[in-house]
Amino acid sequence: MITWLIRRLFQAALVLLSMTVLVFIGVNVIGNPVDIMISPEATQDVRQRAIEALGFDQPLWRQYLTFMGNALQGDIGNSYVYNQPAFDIILQRLPATLELALVALFLSVVIGIPLGLYAGLYPDNLLSKAIMAFSILGFSLPTFWVGLMMIMVFTVMLGWLPSIGRGETVEVLGMRWSFLTWDGIQHLILPALNLSLYKISMVMRLTRAGVRETISKDFVKFARAKGLSPRRIILVHVLKNIMIPVVTVIGLGFGGTIAFAVVTESVFAWPGMGKLIIDSINVLDRPMIVAYLMMIVIIFVTINLIVDLIYTTLDPRVRLETQE
Amino acid sequence: MNPVLSVENLSVAFGAVSAIEEVNLSVHRGEFLGLVGESGSGKSVTGFSIMKLLDEPGHITGGRILFNGRDLAQQSEPGMRRLRGKRIAMIFQDPMMTLNPVLRIDTQMVETVLAHDKVSRREAWERARDALGMVGIPSPEERLAAYPHEFSGGMRQRVAIAIAMLHRPDLIIADEPTTALDVTIQAQILSEVQKLAQGSGTAMIWITHDLSVVAGLAQRLAVMYAGRVVETGPTEDVLDRTLHPYSLGLIRSVPSRNSRGQRLFQIPGMPMATGRRPQGCPFHPRCDRATAACLEMPAEREITRGHVTRCHHPETSLKGEKVA
Amino acid sequence: MTGITDPQSDALARSRAQWAAPQADDGSLLRDFLRQFTRSGLAVGALVVFTSIVLAAVFAPVLAPQNPYDLMQLDIMDGRLSPGSQGYTGTTFWLGTDDQGRDLLSGILYGLRISLLVGAGSALIAAVVGTAVGLVAAYAGGRTETLLMRLVDLQLSFPTILTALMILAVLGKGIFNVMLALIIVEWAIYARTARASAMSERRREYVEAAESLALPRWRIVFRHILPNCMPALIVIATIQIASAIAFEATLSFLGLGVPITEPSLGLLISNGYRYMLAGDYWTSFFPGVALLITIVSINLVGDHLRDVLNPRMER
Repeated sequence: MITWLIRRLFQAALVLLSMTVLVFIGVNVIGNPVDIMISPEATQDVRQRAIEALGFDQPLWRQYLTFMGNALQGDIGNSYVYNQPAFDIILQRLPATLELALVALFLSVVIGIPLGLYAGLYPDNLLSKAIMAFSILGFSLPTFWVGLMMIMVFTVMLGWLPSIGRGETVEVLGMRWSFLTWDGIQHLILPALNLSLYKISMVMRLTRAGVRETISKDFVKFARAKGLSPRRIILVHVLKNIMIPVVTVIGLGFGGTIAFAVVTESVFAWPGMGKLIIDSINVLDRPMIVAYLMMIVIIFVTINLIVDLIYTTLDPRVRLETQE
Repeated sequence: MNPVLSVENLSVAFGAVSAIEEVNLSVHRGEFLGLVGESGSGKSVTGFSIMKLLDEPGHITGGRILFNGRDLAQQSEPGMRRLRGKRIAMIFQDPMMTLNPVLRIDTQMVETVLAHDKVSRREAWERARDALGMVGIPSPEERLAAYPHEFSGGMRQRVAIAIAMLHRPDLIIADEPTTALDVTIQAQILSEVQKLAQGSGTAMIWITHDLSVVAGLAQRLAVMYAGRVVETGPTEDVLDRTLHPYSLGLIRSVPSRNSRGQRLFQIPGMPMATGRRPQGCPFHPRCDRATAACLEMPAEREITRGHVTRCHHPETSLKGEKVA
Repeated sequence: MTGITDPQSDALARSRAQWAAPQADDGSLLRDFLRQFTRSGLAVGALVVFTSIVLAAVFAPVLAPQNPYDLMQLDIMDGRLSPGSQGYTGTTFWLGTDDQGRDLLSGILYGLRISLLVGAGSALIAAVVGTAVGLVAAYAGGRTETLLMRLVDLQLSFPTILTALMILAVLGKGIFNVMLALIIVEWAIYARTARASAMSERRREYVEAAESLALPRWRIVFRHILPNCMPALIVIATIQIASAIAFEATLSFLGLGVPITEPSLGLLISNGYRYMLAGDYWTSFFPGVALLITIVSINLVGDHLRDVLNPRMER
């Protein structure tokens, strides 16, 4: 088990490292950074001094090392726009995005799994067919459009829910959370539903497919032959079998959800990392872009590692292999 | 003495397609009945119908299934659940598929006990342990905590047998239980089962496509072809004084009955695909005794005591030689 | 067969002859496919809808009442008119106008062109590239295969929006850049499918036979293996086209996609967004509906195609 863990950590570190190289090349090499940092009107002399000061005259690999050295200390440079350390700004905005993504995750599990279970057990039902039709819409409709429509219906036409920004927050564990206040929840519902729509559809379809496949398996028939109650068969025999792929997909998709929050945050003006990155790209605030990408990759790799760990505890067949 | 199970004129269809028709079978206490037939003959469907475990769109279209006097065909599902695993048990073909791979052996055995008897967990566990010991599994306490994939094929089937015997049922239906196992293991399992059944007076229906497997063990044989029972009777009678040309063909096809150097015997023609049946006797296209009379379905006739067949021309061999 | 038979029974002889021979397979593959496909009225309807959309986009210059990018045709006095109103010059704006006086119907027709071009174009190019990579990997084997497949895994596990963001952040906006980003996001799924298909085909006997004839490798791949991978690839390509169109719309909405001079439906929606809150819903709504119909119809066709072409693929 330990060897397996070390091997996975090593793989994760490798991915992280290659990402930093890509990010570095993409941001600091493509598109002449000199012209961006230094005003084109500056004299040759000023230019030369600026180049030396910013280290652009160094060979690339040395620039990269300097970059990595600074990065490991948490310094990725100051944002051009905010004139503060980019990484700090990202950290400030992280809780908002995290909250949105976590609530979306919660919704996808709480709505997706029961509905998928129902659709799998009673596939010819009218309700099941409606659920499956809804799921097709859920993953094919562009999220941003659904968000716009939500705003139009619930804010403009009905006036039930607010559409912009985050509600009141409460500080817990050093970070600000909004789901603990009623105002916060009101602001949270629409964006969280919007973000989770795709995931809900995926989870519904996956659960349904899992149920359909498992129900026809011999061990379910055998369980019936033993005289077990249908409730036990579904909740223990069937559910445990489909949980593994479902959990994997949900877990691995969490990183994607955090990344995709970019769209929802833009539609609802949610003050998270996502909106920040879009604005930064539009004004070419390079340190900010770098900081965001680094943060995302770190989150991503961590999530993958955790999901792998959970997977091994859930599936006894895999567990034995890792003990080799 | 009344039979434990008496199937009378049972007919089952899948949607509009007939699977078995007018099947008559009976088993007495402690008796071993071999149900023989090729794929598509309806033997497994018969077994599942008795347990009322047919998959949709399978349904009983006629006949009675008298178990200890009660007609199971009319029995409600909750009533069937009470019987399954307790009074009638089933053993399936592939033990890897019949045991749930993500649940431990003790879970799967204890739940069977608890489904029918109100006892403590501890007592249920002890019964499971004793059952494993009875089928010849060494150190049952440790094996109980294991998962199915940690067992070999033969061991898994023993576990399935132990589960079937947990409540000392009146009848066990075994659907090709040794087909997926090595030949040597097959012999072991066969003798174990025979010993157990004799010890507890359990009646047994052993479904197989391999005549040689049941020839030594069964007291009575029933042969099925294209959804009908074509011959039933005491084993020696069926083997040595065969009435139906198909049964005769089956017996002659067994390679061990062949002399060295002679061509292996084959029943001419192709086996029946499920659902498409010729007019009249289903075997007539392949039968060398066929006459115009065979375009009418033959009725079941008792030729000698306990020896029944469905044929217009019993008592002649497959090559036209008259036998008694 | 010899034996006791009734020489006068024709019925018996006929019955025996009919049941003696195994039943032959009838009909061509294509006819079978068409028959199965047309079984779903919904899919056929969706196909009709999608074809009409494509035709509308192709013939946009003919169908559109005005060319919304010809500044000479615009009149600011026609700005922000509601659907069905008459303009200054007498033309009826069936779907209303935006703030510049551009007819929304025309805008949608021209926008469809961009959306379809970018979406379908990138999906098809990605299909070619990805399939090629997958087949190469399957046939080359060894280290090449492992390396390529690792790359595929990496690409597939990375969030698509992030990949696109990174590429567009570096390269900037523009149709070509967007297509490039989409291709890079999409190629991997084809590679994985093609390789898996090729791997299973490779074990079949007909490939062994071809290899034993010493046919050149590329020929075996192209003429024998590729046709058998096609069903799975077609299904994926269809669904990918829909998702590419949606993705481009999302990127354009975020301001990272196509330029304002050649707006796709996504950009139209984005531009119209601010008027929506003021009550002029049509500037955002109708392009959205057009996008929706396009995407959903493609998905319905793709869904049914998957059921028909590969019943083993679980929904």
